[in-house]
Amino acid sequence: MTDATAETPRRGSGTGSLMVPDARTAKRNAREKRFRLYGLVAVCTGILMLALLLTSILSAGLSAFRQTTIQVEVPLVAERLDPEGNRDPAQMAKVTTFGYAPLLRDALIGTIESAGIETELDPRAIADMVSDESVAQLRAFVLANPGVLGQTIPVEVLASGRIDGFFKGRVTYQTAELDKNISPEQLQLAEALQEAGLLATGFNWRFITAPDASTTRPEAAGLGVAILGSFYMMLVVLALALPIGVAASIYLEEFAPQNKFTDLIEVNISNLAAVPSIVFGILGLAIFINFAGLPQSAPIVGGLVLTLMTLPTIIIATRASLKSVPPSIRSAALGLGASRMQTVFHHVLPLAMPGILTGTIIGLAQALGETAPLLLIGMVAFVREYPGAPWEGGLFDPATALPVQVYNFTQRSDPAFVERASGAIIVLLIFLLIMNLAAIFLRRKFERRW
Amino acid sequence: MNDMRFTERTVATDEVKIAAKGVQVYYGDTHAIKDVTIDIADKTVTAFIGPSGCGKSTFLRCINRMNDTIPSARVEGDIRIDGEDIYDKRVDPVQLRAKVGMVFQKPNPFPKSIYDNVSYGPKIHGLARNKAELDEIVETSLRRAALWDEVKDRLGAPGTGLSGGQQQRLCIARAVATSPEVLLMDEPCSALDPIATDQVENLIHELRERYSVVIVTHSMSQASRVSQRTAYFHLGEMVEYGDTGDIFTNPKDERTENYITGRIG
Repeated sequence: MTDATAETPRRGSGTGSLMVPDARTAKRNAREKRFRLYGLVAVCTGILMLALLLTSILSAGLSAFRQTTIQVEVPLVAERLDPEGNRDPAQMAKVTTFGYAPLLRDALIGTIESAGIETELDPRAIADMVSDESVAQLRAFVLANPGVLGQTIPVEVLASGRIDGFFKGRVTYQTAELDKNISPEQLQLAEALQEAGLLATGFNWRFITAPDASTTRPEAAGLGVAILGSFYMMLVVLALALPIGVAASIYLEEFAPQNKFTDLIEVNISNLAAVPSIVFGILGLAIFINFAGLPQSAPIVGGLVLTLMTLPTIIIATRASLKSVPPSIRSAALGLGASRMQTVFHHVLPLAMPGILTGTIIGLAQALGETAPLLLIGMVAFVREYPGAPWEGGLFDPATALPVQVYNFTQRSDPAFVERASGAIIVLLIFLLIMNLAAIFLRRKFERRW
Repeated sequence: MNDMRFTERTVATDEVKIAAKGVQVYYGDTHAIKDVTIDIADKTVTAFIGPSGCGKSTFLRCINRMNDTIPSARVEGDIRIDGEDIYDKRVDPVQLRAKVGMVFQKPNPFPKSIYDNVSYGPKIHGLARNKAELDEIVETSLRRAALWDEVKDRLGAPGTGLSGGQQQRLCIARAVATSPEVLLMDEPCSALDPIATDQVENLIHELRERYSVVIVTHSMSQASRVSQRTAYFHLGEMVEYGDTGDIFTNPKDERTENYITGRIG
């Protein structure tokens, strides 16, 4: 900085031994040392913040991948579940979860008694120890398999959110005394059940595969629909943004004449990359839903909006990597009599490929984590039905997306959703990590020296 | 400069291959080439010499219309190859460039295998009907570029892995593979060491038997070694053009004399 001041050289003054650095050199070296230190401090701060972030998310969210379940032998009394006795699913469906609830309650009490556990809890308090979701699951299972009627089947039912929290350290005897949803006696019973081997905490596949559940059933909430929705949107973004983005970049970089108009386009592409994502959401709402009449909450609309958002990123990355291909390669091909298009597709594009792929994957990762525009096009809805397969029009079925699901979980009052939200963030981060690794892998694979 | 060995002064043929008349080139507002008229003979090595920025490379690039790729460049005048105006509207520069090959200053092989480098031209111009014919073209081209013996066992190796001199000969092989009639060389040896330069110069001698070779060079000794005819360019004008021996021993123009005796340039 001040090195270049025009000072008269003082090299001749003094004895000037090489063994003793002069004042100027010492100052310069000290400055360099200080600068390196700043850099090191900055990097360390960054690493520390990252470590804090990961620790906080992992400590809060890892428990979402474990779930407490209770083993119950349920006698499926045919007279109560199929009053007509004809095993007709339509008739059986008339028995609602209210018909199944007493069955499960009695089965639970029976299980406790046969295990030889003494309890003074009333049946209602015992029934509250399992998730309401379990009754619905039992009903769905029976309706899908009418043949099991009349038998006694072993069922693994979800423990309620508070019992689950007790085994994850979230709920204690102290908090249970203040909590109207759980009592210390219920916790005692749960511990007794665990000792009897009837209650266990295992890996929670349902968290990844199951759909979302209502605000009162955090123990049943899963990410299945959100993961599928996000995946469908990524398919749409990849299928649209990559070809459109690459074609636009190639045209602008290799074919378009250099004039005011292309300059204007270039400036506006850079501007679009900086537009807040929620603006794209409003655009999507206005164009794709209100004008084009596409369904709300559908991955196709989400994908289209995210495509608009990702395009500038891909175009900028692609143009940069096309620019970085040495012009001598273009001259070589043109000099041999290759056409412009042959030059681009045979020589320039393969060399630019690593950059294009990295840019695309980074754009996709950005789109995967985007929440704001999806809120506006209705993907924040509570969706329990899985969207169909893409070839069955699943792209038009309602779905949610991973980041929106995180947002949804954090809006709910039950403290068990904190764990679910952090767990969903972990899943999202894992997907982002995989995509970034893919970017690195592809870069390595396609990279060629020249 | 008395020790220069003037090789083969005799020009094989007086048949004119390239005839340029009143060529002007503008880069935007800059007048880069001023009214150049020159007849370049077939089966001859013609050298363009002159100080940097005198327009010799620009003029060379007019001959295969590589200047078309520079948006601001404008070429006026008349350049004919075998009597055909190459700036005629009906001429496709792609076809022209297959007929007029070019070798660049810096070796620029494609980052592909040696085989793919040489076979690319024949492939895009459909010169080979099958793999065997293509193999033959690749072999003859590499032989003509005096590279075959060095690379015949590793045709699949990347062209970028060769040494600088080999890379330049690969580029020559690549240019020769499309069976051009004219070979333009833009300072082909400026990035090479003396040994590689010697190899390329020997190659130019052999190439002259088949092609009309036009070479731009900064080195006057190189011009005297490889060429039969020499043109001296100065500030966009062609000052003097004649047999190489005459230009170097008995220059008519003062500027040429100043240049070759080392007073300018």
